Amino acid sequence: MKSSVVSKLTFEQVDPDVGLRSAIDSSPEKIIQTVLDSGLRGRGGGAFPVGRKWQVSRSVQAPQKYVVCNAAEGEPGSFKDRAILSGYAQLVFEGMTIAALAVGAQRGIMYLRGEYGYMAAHMESVLAARRKSGLLGKNILGKKGVHFDIKIQLGEGAYVCGQETALIEFLEGHRGEPRNRPPYPAVSGYRGCPTVVQNVETWAWVTCVMARGASWFKNLGTDESPGLKLFSVSGDCKRPGVYEFQLGLSIAELLDVVGGEDAKGVQVGGASGTMIPQSQFRRKIAFEDLPYGGAVFILGEHRDMLEVAGNYLEFFTKESCGQCTPCREGTRKLLDGVNQLREGRCRALYLEQLISLGKTIQMASKCGLGQSSPQAFLSIVEHYREELMGRVRIDE
Amino acid sequence: MFATEREQLEQDIETFAAIYGNERSALISILQEVQRKHKHVSQYAMQVIAHVLDIHPVEVYSVVSFYHFLSEEPKGQYVISLSDCVAHNADAKRALARQLQNDLGIGFGETSSDGRFTLEKIGCIGMCDQGPVLRVNGRIYTEVTADRVGGLICDCASDIPSGSICDIGESI
Repeated sequence: MKSSVVSKLTFEQVDPDVGLRSAIDSSPEKIIQTVLDSGLRGRGGGAFPVGRKWQVSRSVQAPQKYVVCNAAEGEPGSFKDRAILSGYAQLVFEGMTIAALAVGAQRGIMYLRGEYGYMAAHMESVLAARRKSGLLGKNILGKKGVHFDIKIQLGEGAYVCGQETALIEFLEGHRGEPRNRPPYPAVSGYRGCPTVVQNVETWAWVTCVMARGASWFKNLGTDESPGLKLFSVSGDCKRPGVYEFQLGLSIAELLDVVGGEDAKGVQVGGASGTMIPQSQFRRKIAFEDLPYGGAVFILGEHRDMLEVAGNYLEFFTKESCGQCTPCREGTRKLLDGVNQLREGRCRALYLEQLISLGKTIQMASKCGLGQSSPQAFLSIVEHYREELMGRVRIDE
Repeated sequence: MFATEREQLEQDIETFAAIYGNERSALISILQEVQRKHKHVSQYAMQVIAHVLDIHPVEVYSVVSFYHFLSEEPKGQYVISLSDCVAHNADAKRALARQLQNDLGIGFGETSSDGRFTLEKIGCIGMCDQGPVLRVNGRIYTEVTADRVGGLICDCASDIPSGSICDIGESI
């Protein structure tokens, strides 16, 4: 396969196991302090401060704690986790081991999406090599009483399992239906034990932060969104692939680098993200402005916005877990509306009702999947309305 | 189903339970093994699994019906899935879809009458920069064009699933 990685990655340059060695010589409190000082936020999309999650998990007394890697990467348009897993899995496992030291966990689980099953053998071989080198297993790096190991659990195809409580439901053998929060998994997660769940990329950055220090990371990016981030860039540009940028980068700057200056719109954040029109290309990808799950889909002049909206809504109708009505029924109604628009038989009044329905779904759905499902549709309707109305059917 | 097939299934489930345990959390691992070996999880399999794990069959059914990779109907020996990723070139994807249907003689969501092929669409599988993408029994083929479908199916028919098309299944 051709490599997806286009830009030079920090993951390529960071020395292996320097972070883990410095962690093992340090105390749990100091490890957590370093992660807090770095300002690292979760890279999966939720953007919760990583150190805070660990602090909570550490403070809970429990006979067993877990560290989980979320390798669900189900967001349409995202493939940077695949690139990390195929090239830098050791950094991911190292990050999990560092967290295990910090929170006092002895067991780790990697939830690998079923679609990435072809990478499972590679993951196992990386784990085996780490066990052989004393980086996993009993008495890690010769330190008495420090035990930690990781097992791989292959998913069975469900986007919603990327949501951390749904992921835990899956691991326990149930339907992947999100739980009510609180309690948060850091307090009560897998089998009721404190469980730290982080995305693949977050784990790799934890390793880099421990190897290079908190201030190195903190000084990159913006004040509110420090550090570096990987981006999956696809669609109508000259150089699609995986890029590393500092957070705070504007859409226009990104388009310039990847060769997509002629875009008429950019979908940021995958199917659950939002469509950014040309007039807003100065906006920045950072916690304080645009969400930064890292999926960037570039749409050239010829793209049909309704085809995109329809594709995403079809995806959500398939992936809704069905637990709550706004998401289960609402996404179907929106998809039906988009199809009416595509066939040129949607009344303007009905479009207004669809917009109102979209806003209701955002407000009334239980989990992130439902809440974000109408986002792309709403932004497309807002910015590209002149393209949508009175379409002429092809057979006319 | 013949009695012997049922016995085989029961024996398999017992074996899987011996590996993964009789706890509730072993359910998905056991289902994965049954799906892999028998190409589906039949109603009878669900009942046997429920009995072994001491849970109600409807609980097993609720899990089977939830996950895309678990199926109640038998899938073909080769499951050919076309990624519906929106980032892929729409025309190339449509051409590929049409040629797959032409060469296999079945539509999407169908299994050929000889039980050899199932054709289906799947969502984005993280290959957005290398489309159009096919997945054949877990193997990923990138940048597939319609003219390569014939060769791919011949490879399957002669049991050489790796084929000549870009295959990353083992090369990562």
